[in-house]
Amino acid sequence: MSATGASAYRLGLMACHTCGKLARPAPGAHEGWCPRCGASMHFRKPNSITRTWALLIASVILYIPANVLPVMESSSILGSQTDTIMSGVVYLWVSGSWPLAIVVFVASVVVPLAKIIALAFLNTSVQMRSTWQPVQRTRLYRVVELVGRWSMLDIYVIALLVALVQLKAVATINAGPAALAFAAVVVLTMVAAMSFDPRLIWDPLENNDGRAHA
Amino acid sequence: MAEHTPESDNLDRVATAREQPKSRWSFQIVWLIPIVSALIGGWLAVKAIMERGPTITVTFQNAEGLEAGKTKVKYKDVEIGMVKAVTLDKDLKRVVATAELVKDFSPHLVEDTRFWVVRPRISGGTVSGLSTLLSGSYIGVDTGKSNKHRASFAGLETPPIVTIDTPGREFTLRSHNLASIDSGSPVFFRKLQAGQVTSYQLDKDGKGVTLKVFVNEPFVQFVTTNTRFFNASGVDLKLDASGIEVQMQSVVSLLLGGIAFETPDDNGRVVTAATTETPFRLYPNRAEALKNPDTDLAKFVLVFSESVRGLAPGAPVDFRGVVVGEVVAIRADIDPKTGQIIIPVDVNIYAERMRLRSRIAAKAPEARQAFIDRLVDKGLRAQLRTGSLLTGQLYVALDFFPQAKKAPMNWAATPTVLPTTPGARQELQQAIASVAAKIDRLPLDEIARDARTMMGSADKLIRRVDTEVTPDLRQTLQSGTRLLQRVDVEVVPEAGQMIVDARKALVSADRMLASESPIQQDARSTMREVQKAAHAFRMLADYLERNPSALLMGKKEDTP
Repeated sequence: MSATGASAYRLGLMACHTCGKLARPAPGAHEGWCPRCGASMHFRKPNSITRTWALLIASVILYIPANVLPVMESSSILGSQTDTIMSGVVYLWVSGSWPLAIVVFVASVVVPLAKIIALAFLNTSVQMRSTWQPVQRTRLYRVVELVGRWSMLDIYVIALLVALVQLKAVATINAGPAALAFAAVVVLTMVAAMSFDPRLIWDPLENNDGRAHA
Repeated sequence: MAEHTPESDNLDRVATAREQPKSRWSFQIVWLIPIVSALIGGWLAVKAIMERGPTITVTFQNAEGLEAGKTKVKYKDVEIGMVKAVTLDKDLKRVVATAELVKDFSPHLVEDTRFWVVRPRISGGTVSGLSTLLSGSYIGVDTGKSNKHRASFAGLETPPIVTIDTPGREFTLRSHNLASIDSGSPVFFRKLQAGQVTSYQLDKDGKGVTLKVFVNEPFVQFVTTNTRFFNASGVDLKLDASGIEVQMQSVVSLLLGGIAFETPDDNGRVVTAATTETPFRLYPNRAEALKNPDTDLAKFVLVFSESVRGLAPGAPVDFRGVVVGEVVAIRADIDPKTGQIIIPVDVNIYAERMRLRSRIAAKAPEARQAFIDRLVDKGLRAQLRTGSLLTGQLYVALDFFPQAKKAPMNWAATPTVLPTTPGARQELQQAIASVAAKIDRLPLDEIARDARTMMGSADKLIRRVDTEVTPDLRQTLQSGTRLLQRVDVEVVPEAGQMIVDARKALVSADRMLASESPIQQDARSTMREVQKAAHAFRMLADYLERNPSALLMGKKEDTP
């Protein structure tokens, strides 16, 4: 898909991310401060690809303990048990709450993983200056950004349960170490999605070299 | 600083951004995030690997109450692990539970470490594992003492009765059968519960049962090499030569079965504490158990020709009421020489009980043989006697029968034959038989014939007496009568006169001798005179004795 008309980059202009002011960089420079609001300005998000990779790698690393370590430790007079995300899903599934099991599974397992894969794919394609399906890739990026915050669902659930169920001898629930890792994964993928510059998807079509600034 | 104009399409009017000094760091800093997360992740991974305990497999008959990821492994109610998977083994015979334990427990996973599933169960009169009704079953562990490490175990189907750290000791008992004992049955000492039966199993040859009993700490010291274990299950009703005997240990053992142990007086025998290896027998009852130890027994064979119905192995051999041995076996033999059927009875005689121990046992067997020879010479014999008329049981009695036929001992044969004498029953039978035989031998026909001829001749005799003697006899009687009549008439009056005269003479004599009669009085005064004369004479004699000179000089005048 070729873009109609010129892009800001083509005209040597940068848009301020904060106030939307267009400005030209100082001669010889690729970035600067917004003349109106003083925010940092650049043609493309600086080091976008590198940052995205770094954050993605961090979230992949943390995704492992998030799924392996127990996410919730509940103890009651009937004994104590620790649950990982997956064992919770299995428990819900076995005990017949299929919809809940599906919700938790999708929100806590599928979505973070899908986000990581999607971002990795986008980043790779940008790095390789791929011209394949830019519209679809942009749409994918939007979905990733949109969904990001909802994968915090089970962290919310745990937070609520920990706050509510503290009946000392009878029953207590504590967040396990995986909760932290999981929250970190969610945050990191969100930040990674933010640090990704979707304009880079289009640069190869415009024959811009946006990566020089990314 | 450029001023803003509405013509946005005029690119020349676009403001210029203020210059930023180039920062070399900005693009490096982002890599701290994955590095830190990698460090955290790596640390977690290392920690997990470091803390990862041993994984073991335990097999069970069934997986009742076992749940992967739920069932815990507990040692003394402390959680030491978790069942990770429950699967079946290849031939579907057993359930394999894979459990991950804490690292610290690793050194205790040895060959004799035991695993079992704690479920609510009622056994041996006790209820256990009730807490698992709420919390779910768990796998219990008891550590072993072996040094060999192991990772796969065969789980016990029932919890062990005693754990390895229970103070006490285990002993092994051999028994003919299990009676009513079960694992968990109590072991009593002086009717106190001193332990429990932990397990039992059939011997490989199927000829007995081996039981393991555990005796708790304060009681272990009372188990010596001389201790007897006996079955104290329920009520023991015994009917034997000594009558009916009922034994009962306790109500608990009545319901559950039980074993009791007791240590008989050690007659100076050296007694040491028993170890786990000490072999013990489980006696069927207390009486059996407390029999004197068969330390000094002499084996003899008693050969009876009479029926031994009612004699059983175990019947007492009794010497005037003291049990000195017992019947071991009863056989039946045909004597090849005579073709007679004989019944050899093997007996054990406990020499100790015959108080031979001190004098004989210590000596050489020759001395003992000589001693027994002497006893047999004096008439020591074995005899079958009826112990109880109610049951018809027999026992063997040893006693002296001085009239018994001489029976020398043959010490060459082993076991030696001790001579016997027929029992009382048999003697009676023999006596009756001999009387019957004598009666048989009587010539009754001849006797009858003789008697008949005798009767005939007697008859003749009587007839002759009747005809010939009787008339003469009558004449004799008549003349006798006449003689008596004559005596009556002629002699009797004369005799009466004579008696009257005699009476008169007696009366006059009587008068003469009466105390007031003159003859008597005269005689009395005469005697008094004589007495006086004798007195005077004695005086004179005394005087003369004092003053012999008076005969010559005359009587002196008494000086006034």
